[in-house]
Amino acid sequence: MLRWLNSLMAGLIGLVLAAPILVVAGVSLNAKRSLDFPPNGLSLAWYAEIFTDPGWRGALIASLVVAALSAALAVAIAFPLAWFIWRWRAPWARAFEVLGMAPFILPPVITALGFLSFWSTAGQYGEPWTVVVSHAIFFVTLPLVTLSLGFGAVDRSFVEAASTMGADDHTVLRTVVMPLVRPYMISGFAFAFVLSLNEYIVAYMVAGFTLETLPIKIFNALRYGYTPTMAAVTVLFVLLTAAVFGLIARFGDLPRLLGAWIKPD
Amino acid sequence: MIRRAPRSLGEHAPILFPALMLVVFFVIPFGLMIAVSVARRIPGGFYEPDLVLANYERFLSAFFGGVLSFSLELAALVAVVAVGIGFPFTYRLARLPRAAQVRWLVFLLSILSLSEVIIGFAWSTLLSRTAGITNLLVAVGLMAEPQSLSPSFGALLAGMVYQAFPYTVLVLYPALARLDPALVEASRTLGASPVKAFFTVVVPSQRNTIVATLIMAFVFALGCYLLPQLLGRPQHWTLSVLITDQAIYQSNMPFAAAMAVFLVLVSLALVGLSLLFGRKEEA
Repeated sequence: MLRWLNSLMAGLIGLVLAAPILVVAGVSLNAKRSLDFPPNGLSLAWYAEIFTDPGWRGALIASLVVAALSAALAVAIAFPLAWFIWRWRAPWARAFEVLGMAPFILPPVITALGFLSFWSTAGQYGEPWTVVVSHAIFFVTLPLVTLSLGFGAVDRSFVEAASTMGADDHTVLRTVVMPLVRPYMISGFAFAFVLSLNEYIVAYMVAGFTLETLPIKIFNALRYGYTPTMAAVTVLFVLLTAAVFGLIARFGDLPRLLGAWIKPD
Repeated sequence: MIRRAPRSLGEHAPILFPALMLVVFFVIPFGLMIAVSVARRIPGGFYEPDLVLANYERFLSAFFGGVLSFSLELAALVAVVAVGIGFPFTYRLARLPRAAQVRWLVFLLSILSLSEVIIGFAWSTLLSRTAGITNLLVAVGLMAEPQSLSPSFGALLAGMVYQAFPYTVLVLYPALARLDPALVEASRTLGASPVKAFFTVVVPSQRNTIVATLIMAFVFALGCYLLPQLLGRPQHWTLSVLITDQAIYQSNMPFAAAMAVFLVLVSLALVGLSLLFGRKEEA
């Protein structure tokens, strides 16, 4: 009886979580330019429009480029920091780790406003590349967390063995540490990539009037009425996001990345 | 390789780039925002450096008081609902077979990373007249004709809980995954029903986790900046929406910055409090 109730609860929660996406997926198949559910006739035309309409295609490309570059920059900032904290006994370096965590914990509008003040003071307001830097800082938390976990999982006796055999720091990093932390680095990149793809407020405040990423494009389009193309873009985004996390789960240890591990005694 | 304090410049070199990036692009923008919050506004959308508290004085207005208390109440309500559903859910989740756990985690992460724009659009579609759930109620004969359920307070609350729920589950997950199963087994051996064991053993043992998660979900909900615009009415605007509005549409950066500084202080105080509760659990 209780087992049955538990499954019912989980099923119900799953259904409510999926419901908005399912309705949007249905709407995206409408044959006519209307938001009906169940769909009024079936068509994939709205999916084609994402790739043929210059506005939507441009926004898609802008989003992908910003996400890839900013995730790479976030990893480039997080890796040396996480390595340094792991390699050296330097408690003061933790202060930078806290700085790296802060943008993620504080309400996003604060970071967005900080960047708006910064880039307009620096005279760079509206430059597309400022979005890349802003997103890299905003999402540096994710590679920082995954890489800290990764370095923490490296068995120090491997490192001892390598350095006893005469390997210097650089060789140890390249031949021993790097292969062990690579999955964590890739997960950190993937997390930052997906979140940058979906990010709205920072991108909007920093360069909303010059660079249209997909979330900004959807928001701008919302004001002129809803179209099935927006629904198609949403479905595309959900699938892309789920695929990335599916890959992380396939090649990495997702429960561990999310903090569920038993401390070895 | 001995783990000691770094000495030479060469040993410090790797941290230079990350430290520089974080200081230049996070600490300085933050400082600038504080400077802007005490700047003097010049009509026409600009401001000049000054040290005036006029922007903070506007906090004393009835309008701001109304927005602030609504934001806090809404965030508190969202946090309570999300943790209330999320806690028993996560407890069950952490006891599922590994493969099932991973499937749920992928699903929850996918929803968590969805843009607020997309969540707002999806919920307003779900609650709309043409594509909404009322069509379903009409189909089974519970309703005469479909109607729109959005914008409304209920729609806003549903959207915000939807957004906060995966976050809440992922904050609770580590603590509940590490919960010692022996605790529940012992109470079961002593004759407690599973429900009784949950309420008298699991919940009290996780009291601090629950408080810390409530606070984290509260801060998360405070940060919600678009859903009140997409799913609510103007009287449902929150502090985050007001900040965006002042900064972008009213071009009043000093007032927006002053409100942001205030929001930072509230959030930091709450995060500090939640860390305190989280630490107690580990001790």
